[in-house]
Amino acid sequence: MHVRRRLFLSGGIAFAALAAMPRALLAAAWPDKAFSLTAAGEAMKDLLGTDQTIASDKIMLKVPEIAENGAVVPVTISTSLENVESISIVVKKNPRPLAATFEILPGTLPDIASRIKMGETSDVMAVVKTDHGIYSTAKQVKVTIGGCGG
Amino acid sequence: MASNIKIKAKLSGDIADIKSLMIHPMETGARKDPDTGELVPMHHITQLTFTNNDKPVMVANFSTAVSKNPYFSFKFGGANAGDKLKVSWVDNLGRTDELETVLK
Amino acid sequence: MEKAAAVLVLCFATMLMHSVALAGPEEDRVAFVAFFKSRFPDIPFADYANGIYAIDRDAREQWLAIEDFPPYEFAIERGQALWQTAFPNGKTFGECFAQQQEDIRAMYPRFDELSGEVVTLEMAINNCRTANDQSLLAYDEGGIVDITAFLAFEARGKKLHVRVPDDQPGALQAYESGKRFYYSKRGQMNFACSDCHVTSVGQYVRADRLSSSLGHPTHFPVYRSKLGEMISLHQRFAGCVRDVRAKPFALQSTEFRNLEYFLSYMSNGLEANGPGARK
Repeated sequence: MHVRRRLFLSGGIAFAALAAMPRALLAAAWPDKAFSLTAAGEAMKDLLGTDQTIASDKIMLKVPEIAENGAVVPVTISTSLENVESISIVVKKNPRPLAATFEILPGTLPDIASRIKMGETSDVMAVVKTDHGIYSTAKQVKVTIGGCGG
Repeated sequence: MASNIKIKAKLSGDIADIKSLMIHPMETGARKDPDTGELVPMHHITQLTFTNNDKPVMVANFSTAVSKNPYFSFKFGGANAGDKLKVSWVDNLGRTDELETVLK
Repeated sequence: MEKAAAVLVLCFATMLMHSVALAGPEEDRVAFVAFFKSRFPDIPFADYANGIYAIDRDAREQWLAIEDFPPYEFAIERGQALWQTAFPNGKTFGECFAQQQEDIRAMYPRFDELSGEVVTLEMAINNCRTANDQSLLAYDEGGIVDITAFLAFEARGKKLHVRVPDDQPGALQAYESGKRFYYSKRGQMNFACSDCHVTSVGQYVRADRLSSSLGHPTHFPVYRSKLGEMISLHQRFAGCVRDVRAKPFALQSTEFRNLEYFLSYMSNGLEANGPGARK
């Protein structure tokens, strides 16, 4: 099917670009499949091996209560959990819930910030993978249709 | 010299606080061109990599859900003034861009 | 619609005739500022330069997050490059202006006696191009907006000081024309600018919170999150006119320049703080 072929091609090109990079820069391949899945649980299973996470109050997730504009929603995630391997942002109601995933390499702090797109009001989940379990916390972000400024 | 990537790096002790901003359309593939009515093809950064003195310190994997003109910030330890920080990205069309800066 | 506008104009004309000795732009401005102060007693005057973010807490936080590394930084850089690039004849933009770089933006809009019209910064930039045998830059394309972004950035901290000189009757006419536009109903929705940005300031129109006109022009051009691009003040005017379902006037039309003149005068004393980031 057209869409699948395009995704395969994009994965292929990304891989070719990575293969051309020096050894020192080679990282885990871009998680093509996880990014394409349309259900949050499926995307997490593909990326992390499970969709079961331990709710944690040791993850600080900062998102607005009401997004000023769904096109640019600031997200900040940090955690005091130890031995963090990755931090992922999952937007449950987005067409493709896995928005981004960050590899926290040795020596790097589990503290990231970015700006994401949200299609509608949704829970935004911060998923933190450590060497001793996968933890998460979530907050709802309201996305409204504007009036005049929107 | 104008670049399509900007970095702001702050060193506190040995922690480097890195903020990055880059120009990229981050097209989802679901948007219609208002003039032609055609779907604008998906075009987005897939992977953003940072190295410090050639040692990888961060790999950020983006979907199309990262905002247009992406912003990304993170922190890493073991940093020193004079370190060479390099950021590079690749997108789903195979295009790339990179920038090098020296930590102060 | 036509009739209502005519009646309004007649009212204003009558008021003008009676009140020209009593009320001028400065009196208007003082009343304007006093209105917002009475509506929001806790907002310091200077904060109005931040538009809706002076009023809305949650939106302000999101704005501050973006201001931490704002996408308009690229526009400033591009604008600087354009500003510093010489024309084929060897001259640069700076030579068209008597002022120092950082003083240019806050000088505009101004009434030009010779041409008898309001000149905006964008027009002045294009006048400079014409004077150097260069083609005009489109008012909705990157070039002009990038240059104004650069000049706005250079001018940060300078207070707006638009003048309506007593000895140039055309200036007062242009000011009054802009003021009339501001208070006139238009479009299918029959809204005047003032209906939203004065009368209903801080209230919601669907999901948007209405900003005050006090401070409107200080932070342009702006990077709009919605578009992922920079827009000028007149592009915003056009958007607003479209939003009330009226046909927008052209960018840099007499109507919009006079409106900018009026609005900028109302914001005198506030600091130029462009370029800005908005949703």
